[in-house]
Amino acid sequence: MDQNNIDDIYRDRVILDHCRNPRNTSLIDHFDLTGDAINPFCGDEVHFQIGLKGKNLIERIQFSGDGCAINMASGSLLSEAVTGLTIQEAALLSIRFVESMRKPTGENVGGEFLGELSALISVRNFPVRVKCALLAWSALEDALSERK
Amino acid sequence: MFNVEKIRDDFPILSKNVYGNPLVYLDNAATSQKPRQVIDALVDYYENYNANVHRGVHTLSMEATDKFEEAREKVATFINSESSDLVVWTRNASEGLNLIAYSWGEDNVHEGDEILLTPMEHHSNLVPWQELARRKNAVIKFIPMRENGTLDMDKVDDLITERTVLVSAVHMSNALGTINSVRELGQKAHQQGAKILVDGAQSVPHMPTNVQELDCDFLVFSGHKMLGPTGIGALYVKRDILNTMEPFLMGGEMVLEVSYEEASWADLPMRFEAGTPNIADSIGLGSAVDYLNDLGMENVRTHEKNLTSYALNKFKEADLDGMDLFGPDDPEVRGGVFSFNTVDVHPHDLGTFLDRMGIAVRTGHHCAMPLVRSLGVAATVRASFYLYNTEREVDILVDGVTEALRYFRDGSK
Repeated sequence: MDQNNIDDIYRDRVILDHCRNPRNTSLIDHFDLTGDAINPFCGDEVHFQIGLKGKNLIERIQFSGDGCAINMASGSLLSEAVTGLTIQEAALLSIRFVESMRKPTGENVGGEFLGELSALISVRNFPVRVKCALLAWSALEDALSERK
Repeated sequence: MFNVEKIRDDFPILSKNVYGNPLVYLDNAATSQKPRQVIDALVDYYENYNANVHRGVHTLSMEATDKFEEAREKVATFINSESSDLVVWTRNASEGLNLIAYSWGEDNVHEGDEILLTPMEHHSNLVPWQELARRKNAVIKFIPMRENGTLDMDKVDDLITERTVLVSAVHMSNALGTINSVRELGQKAHQQGAKILVDGAQSVPHMPTNVQELDCDFLVFSGHKMLGPTGIGALYVKRDILNTMEPFLMGGEMVLEVSYEEASWADLPMRFEAGTPNIADSIGLGSAVDYLNDLGMENVRTHEKNLTSYALNKFKEADLDGMDLFGPDDPEVRGGVFSFNTVDVHPHDLGTFLDRMGIAVRTGHHCAMPLVRSLGVAATVRASFYLYNTEREVDILVDGVTEALRYFRDGSK
């Protein structure tokens, strides 16, 4: 079997760590925004609750979800990535991440800005699984759209 | 003689490699592969007699019409319909079910009437009835299911009452493999004056079907799950019912006479087939029926029953930690469908791993969301077999799942 390829996602230290021990899963007392996304074809789910500082700063975020390793890792990584960002910065990150994931395999995404999120870029080698990595970002978009 | 290796030679796709491994195609409940004979029938139509049917006096049109109606005859004989004019072409089983829900349902389901379903229906035999019930203020009820994935037939007598107008049941569950006693359901329905609809999408491809013996009022199925092309299916309806049903789609082909003010309908079955039909794929399905008849549906069922029995034993022997296999464990009431869940390894991850080994399985809720949820899971992995699958492929599957579980569980250390 072409195990190298499959190891790219399932043996990646960051992905494994985040899907086994998702971050930001504890309940937050007060939240201003909520976002949900469900993939009706596979049953995966992601939910976020976001607590703002002032009108604009994402101070706390709670991630909950159900689904495959890629979905869970993506939700957890997202929750870390957007903590401390303004709503506008989070929206911009979301756009750039989704764009990167949709680029063809092999094309350099110049993903320095992605930090730990760049671990998810190798999911592009599994085209049918890209949607698993993007579900959390739909949930974020849903949460942020409440603000518009 | 039923010779699997010889059968496999008829299917060009089965010699394909996926990621360097021989393809092990176990997604037959989603769609089957096609033998060379069916592919050739499609090419032959397009290369040699492509023309529209039932119009035009030219040679090609007559030839196309003959072959098209001959295909209908073949399908009618295959299910032992008393006549070919009771077989209506549809796109698939879903379209057949919608046709019944709109055409028969609109006129025959009224406020307070009850429709009885099973909990293992595909969305296509659930959603059209939900919508009809909403429009009519009718009530949908479900036959309870036992722990082992079979229907609790003891409860049926209480559930079919004089208010029941329709019992609609899947013959073989696409998610569990359960084969339901639709004949018995039909008898009970008829005793109360209700109709019986059989969803044969998973059963017609895998076992002999005899609508007269089943005594069903409606039967729907799809061509692409029985070696035929996609986009073609069939609906059988008993004559006294089909005669009273209003057309579902209006337009060309389905009319007898048209004035600017009104129209009268063509004879059966054409009044249900508006517009240019799917000529090529009907002929392709006819060719698939020929192929199945050559093998013999009894032999197909026996082969799959043996495979099911073999797979059930293999899974039992492997005794995989944290693996739940759903559905009945008696091959007599189960088709070759194996849905399972593994604690701590998600179906998609397992599916991706198996794909890299060349094994094609389905993961998800299999268009039976309420059923899969009732099993206490969000999704399952499903391996489904057909006449060209072998015991060796069962071994590859069981070894693959074993290896996948080891791979993912080691990853946690």
